Amino acid sequence: MSDLRELYQEVILDHNKQPRNFHGVDPHDHEADGYNPLCGDKIHLELRLDDGGRIEDIGFNGDGCAISTASASIMTEVVKGKTVDEARSMFDRFHYLVTDESAQPDPSLGKLGVLAGVRDYPMRVKCATLAWHTLQAALENKGEISTE
Amino acid sequence: MSVTRESEALSGHGLDVARIRADFPVLHKPVNGKRLAFLDSGASAQKPQCVIDAERECYESYYANIHRGVYQLSQRSTQAYEGVRPIVQRFIHAADEREIVFVRGATEAINLVAQSFVRPKLNPGDEILITEMEHHANIVPWQMIAEETGAKVVVAPIFDNGELDMAAFRERLTARTRFVSVVHVSNTLGTINPVEEIITLAHERDIPVLVDGAQSAPHMPVDVQAMGADFYCFSAHKTYGPSGVGVLWGKLEHLEAMPPYQGGGDMIRTVSFEKTTYAAPPQRFEAGTPNIAGTIALGTALEYIESVGREAISAHEHGLLEYGMEALAEIDGMRFIGTAEHKAGVISFVLEGAHPHDMGTILDMEGIAVRAGHHCTQPLMTRYGVPATVRASFGMYNDRDDVDQLVGGLRRVKEFFG
Repeated sequence: MSDLRELYQEVILDHNKQPRNFHGVDPHDHEADGYNPLCGDKIHLELRLDDGGRIEDIGFNGDGCAISTASASIMTEVVKGKTVDEARSMFDRFHYLVTDESAQPDPSLGKLGVLAGVRDYPMRVKCATLAWHTLQAALENKGEISTE
Repeated sequence: MSVTRESEALSGHGLDVARIRADFPVLHKPVNGKRLAFLDSGASAQKPQCVIDAERECYESYYANIHRGVYQLSQRSTQAYEGVRPIVQRFIHAADEREIVFVRGATEAINLVAQSFVRPKLNPGDEILITEMEHHANIVPWQMIAEETGAKVVVAPIFDNGELDMAAFRERLTARTRFVSVVHVSNTLGTINPVEEIITLAHERDIPVLVDGAQSAPHMPVDVQAMGADFYCFSAHKTYGPSGVGVLWGKLEHLEAMPPYQGGGDMIRTVSFEKTTYAAPPQRFEAGTPNIAGTIALGTALEYIESVGREAISAHEHGLLEYGMEALAEIDGMRFIGTAEHKAGVISFVLEGAHPHDMGTILDMEGIAVRAGHHCTQPLMTRYGVPATVRASFGMYNDRDDVDQLVGGLRRVKEFFG
């Protein structure tokens, strides 16, 4: 039996209440909209890369559940300063963490580890990954994605 | 409207909830180690043992394809399947059993009417009138044929309490209106629409009306002749029957004038490569092998509802609605979406600081099944400025313990999102 406290950890509740980087990025060179039609979560993401291909600044706004808001907030914190490839590799490891039951804690993911509890709630995995899918769409200039 | 436990026990609405609950096996299976409080009958109702048995018995004892074989099994299956038509006829008080068309569900029924009845009549600039509280199933089929023909979908607005603005509705009935399609009971708001008045107004202008009865058929007596509608439809899975089966009722004169919806076997009179002639209604609209066992089980489900008593079900659910609204109103930050005066057993709400999706997960851990989302009514979510709501909807088997469990679950929500 999974405990709700495992899912709704203090860090998540805090990021939900006071999301970090909850703003637009001006100027920005990449942006995308993410939408989860199942629950209506919406996120708009903007970011700017520096000359070296690192994420110099990133911000988001939108409307979503605690899991999707906290996940977006923490994501913006951890990918800031990372190269595009590093961010992509993080998403791969994060995706594994929240979907695979046998996944072990991954210290390289830092704060993202607090979202590991999501894997006990398969209906909520898309909430946790929405921001990441949106980041990917922004980096690929896809404009918008929908987690059908 | 203080309702006490004693008054419920005394009035009782002639409905023995404990006995009804005993008929539904799934209600006695714990969820997440907790008693199941199933409050999502608006999405789909649970099935009583007799319905489960009816479907199983068909497969175990006499299943064969219908309208074909001369052998005994086929004859029995055909009889059982066709025997459901008079049951449905009685259930909605139709004039003739040939007016009962079996479809996959209310969604298919609306699409059938849109394609076969309305679409051929549409010219550019014509209008189809619906309301702001429609389910996507009563929006999208009209948009599809409007787009193809250059017609327009016109929307009658609602008031903040979720009631239809009848003055605005009247204004939108114009010389260009070709069809009106309106929900009987809103799945999101619970509003019971004044369909008789709507139909009278439309008929004054010779405009036919479809009533989407997905949420009314399970919860109240329905008399399509007294209502005066041209079409009415509902889904078996919301009337305690199987999924994948539904009913379209249409006035015989309409059905007889309509071209087929789909072509295939079972809907023809004669076929040659030069010319095919079609069967009369209802067979004309039932191409292919239908959900035979499911339709038979629908008959059992409707008989079960009648045996409990539809007035009694309606009164019982209304009692729970009043009890539930009163209990939930005590919770800080509670905002009801849908407070119409005439309301069925649906409570939609949002809670300050807590997203419906998070509430849904926490309530699930407490054994409470509610719907969290847009309920296939995104225009309504936009209207009320919310991304989603939590919806508790009642069926005949719900009791006050379910409501109390919901209130307890929301207190748990408050521990995280207080």
